[in-house]
Amino acid sequence: MSAEAPIKVLLAKPGLDGHDVGVKVVASALRDAGMEVIYLGLRQTAQQIVTATLEEDVDVIGLSFHSLIHEAFISELMNLLKEKNATGILVIAGGSILKTHAQNLKPMGVAEVFGVETPTQKIVNFIRENVKPKRGH
Amino acid sequence: MAVDLNKDKLEEIERAAREWEETTLKRTLEKRPERKEVFLSNAWQPIRRLYTPLDVKDLDYTRDLGFPGEYPYTRGVVPTMYRGRLWTMRAQTGFGGAEETRERIKALMKAGEIGFSLDFDLPTQLGLDPDDPRARNEVGRTGLNVSCLKDFEPLFEGIPLDQVTTSMTINFPAPILYAMYLAVAEKQGVAWEKLSGTLQFDLLKEYGSLNAYVFPPRAALRWWADLVAFSVKNTPRWNPCSLWMVLGGRICLPPDQLVGYAFAKDMTYIDAALEAGLDIDEFAPRLSFLAPASIDFFESIARLRASRRLWARIMKEKYGAKNPDSCRFRIYYPGSADDLSFKEPLNNIVRATIQVLASVLGGARAIDCGAYDEAYAIPSEESSRVKLRTQQIIGYESRVADVVDPLGGSYYVEALTSQIEEGAKSCIKEIEDLGGFVACIENGFLQRKAAEAAYRVQREKETGERVVVGENAFVTEEEERPLELHEPDPELERRQMERIRKVREERDNDRAQALIGRIRDVAATRGSVMPLILEAVKADVTMGEIMQALKDVWGEYTLVPAF
Repeated sequence: MSAEAPIKVLLAKPGLDGHDVGVKVVASALRDAGMEVIYLGLRQTAQQIVTATLEEDVDVIGLSFHSLIHEAFISELMNLLKEKNATGILVIAGGSILKTHAQNLKPMGVAEVFGVETPTQKIVNFIRENVKPKRGH
Repeated sequence: MAVDLNKDKLEEIERAAREWEETTLKRTLEKRPERKEVFLSNAWQPIRRLYTPLDVKDLDYTRDLGFPGEYPYTRGVVPTMYRGRLWTMRAQTGFGGAEETRERIKALMKAGEIGFSLDFDLPTQLGLDPDDPRARNEVGRTGLNVSCLKDFEPLFEGIPLDQVTTSMTINFPAPILYAMYLAVAEKQGVAWEKLSGTLQFDLLKEYGSLNAYVFPPRAALRWWADLVAFSVKNTPRWNPCSLWMVLGGRICLPPDQLVGYAFAKDMTYIDAALEAGLDIDEFAPRLSFLAPASIDFFESIARLRASRRLWARIMKEKYGAKNPDSCRFRIYYPGSADDLSFKEPLNNIVRATIQVLASVLGGARAIDCGAYDEAYAIPSEESSRVKLRTQQIIGYESRVADVVDPLGGSYYVEALTSQIEEGAKSCIKEIEDLGGFVACIENGFLQRKAAEAAYRVQREKETGERVVVGENAFVTEEEERPLELHEPDPELERRQMERIRKVREERDNDRAQALIGRIRDVAATRGSVMPLILEAVKADVTMGEIMQALKDVWGEYTLVPAF
C-alpha cells in the first residue's frame, strides 16, 4: 500500500467566497496524512477546476463552500467532468452545507459532504477507503 | 495599585505568598491535584493559578491606567462610559434586495435599534455587477446586492439619513457605496455634515484573511487615502474606516500577535495618509476599530484594554498626535462566529453572551452579537431578535454597565493587559523587520501564521484537548434541530440583472462613458478620484463599471495561497 504513489487531491474554493481557513486546515491534514495536495486557491470556476483536474490527473476533487452556491456549482462541474469523460474521480465537498442540502448533492455525484465540524481524520479515512486504485503508471 | 505599595509591603506579600504555597496550597495539591498540569488560554498563553500585587508591581496607576476619558484611555475612551449612554447596539442586516432589507431595518428600529450594519453579498463586496458572469449564483446569497444608485436609494425610503447611523461592511467598493450614500442624502435634503456612520474599508486585512481583495495592496493604500481625505473634509461626523483586528479570518492567534499585527497594518494606513499630505490630527480622530471578543473571556477583556493603551501611546509618541481624539481607540465588536458551533445551535446564545459581556467589560463603544445560526447562514428573524435581546439584557438588567471599567485593578486583568501590550510591541517590530505589512502579505508570512494557528486549533479539537461543549465533549446523539433559516430568493438574481440592464438603457450613456473615461484618466495620475465617483454614481454609472475602470489602471491582484 505504502509503495504506491500517494493519493493526489485537488482542493479549491469555487465562487467568490474567501473563507479559506477550513480548506487550508483540510489541506494541511491531508498533506500530513501523506497525500499529495494541490490547493488551487480562491475564486475558481468549474472550468478552471476541470482543467486542473485533467492536467494533474488527480484522484480526488475537494470543494469548499461557504456561500450557498454549492448546488448550482456542483451541477455545472459534474456536467463538465462528464463532457471530458473524467469519471472515476472522487468528488467531495465541505463547508457550511446543511444536511438537507447535502442530501441533494449526493445524487449529483458528490461522494460525501463534510460539515465544518467534521474531524479531518474522518476526511482522510474516507478518501483512503474510497479512492479506486487506478494509479499503476 | 501595587505601585502604591512600598518595598517593605511588597516583600511582605512575597513572603506570605511563598508561605501559602508551601503550606496551605501544598496540602491541597497533595490531596487533590488540579484539573490540568498546565493551564493555557485558547490562544496558548500560560495562565497562572493566582495573580497578586506582585504581578502588577511595575504598573504605575497614573501613567498606565489613568482615568477614563483621559490618556492613555486604558479605562475607557469616555469619562462616564456606559453610565452616560450604553454602547450602540447594532445588528447586522442585509439580504437580497433593498426592499426586503428596508423592512427589516424598520422592524429593528421599532425594537429599539439605533444603529444598523449593512452586509452585502459577494458580488457587491468585490464590485461586480449582477450580470457579470463571475456573479452567477452569488447575487443576494450572503447579503444585500447593490450595484447602482437605483439599488441603493430604496433602502432608505422613509428613513431620514440624519436620524440613523449606518455601518457598512464593505471593503474595496466602499468609496462607491459611500458616494451613493452622499447622493441619497442630497436627494433627501440632508446636509452631508449631518451624516454619521462607518465604513469598514480595511483593505489590507482582506489579503489572506477574508479575501475580498481586488486591487494590488499598494493601489489599495492610495484608494484608501483618497476616500479618507474626502470624508474628513466633507462628512466630519462620518467614520471613513473601521480597522479590523483580525488575521487569517480567525481570532485564534495569541492576543499579542492579534494586536501587534493589526497595529502594524493600521500604521501602514497612517503612513499612507501622511504621505498623501493629511495631518495626523485631521484624520486619526475619525478612525474606529473592529476588535473581536472571543469566548476566552479575560483574555478578550485584557486585549481590548491593552489595545486602547498601546494605540494611544503610538499615536502620541510615534505620530505626535496633539488632538486627544486621535488617541482614542474606539472599539466596535462586530460579533464573531469563530467560537460558535454547528452542534446544538442554541448553545451559541450562551457563547455570544459571553463574548458580548467581554466586549462590554473591555469598554467597546458599539456592539453586535453573534447569531446562534450564523455558522450556517444569514441570521434568521428570530436569531436577529435574540442578538439584540442579549445586548439589552446585559445593558439594562445585569448592571455591569453601571460602573466604569469594573475590572480595572484586578491583578489578573492588569497583569494580562500589560503582558499583551508588551507582546504586541514586539510583534509590530517583527513586521517592521520583515519589511513591513505589505511585504508580509506578499510573502505569505501572515497567511501562514493564521493557517498554522487554525490547523492547531482543529487538531486540538480532534484530540479533545480543546473542549467545545456538545461538539467534542458531552456529546448527545440528537436529531439535527431544523433551524429557521433565511432562504435566498431564487428570483432575486434575475430581478437585479433586469434592473441594472434597465439602468444602463435609460441613463445618458454618453455622459456615463465620458465619466468612466475620466475616472480611468485620473486614476493614472496621483489625483483624487472621489469627486468623479460621486458624479458617476449620480449619473447611474454602475459599481462594476467604476471598479473595472480602476482595475484597468491599477490592476487586479491574485494572492498565492500559503498555509
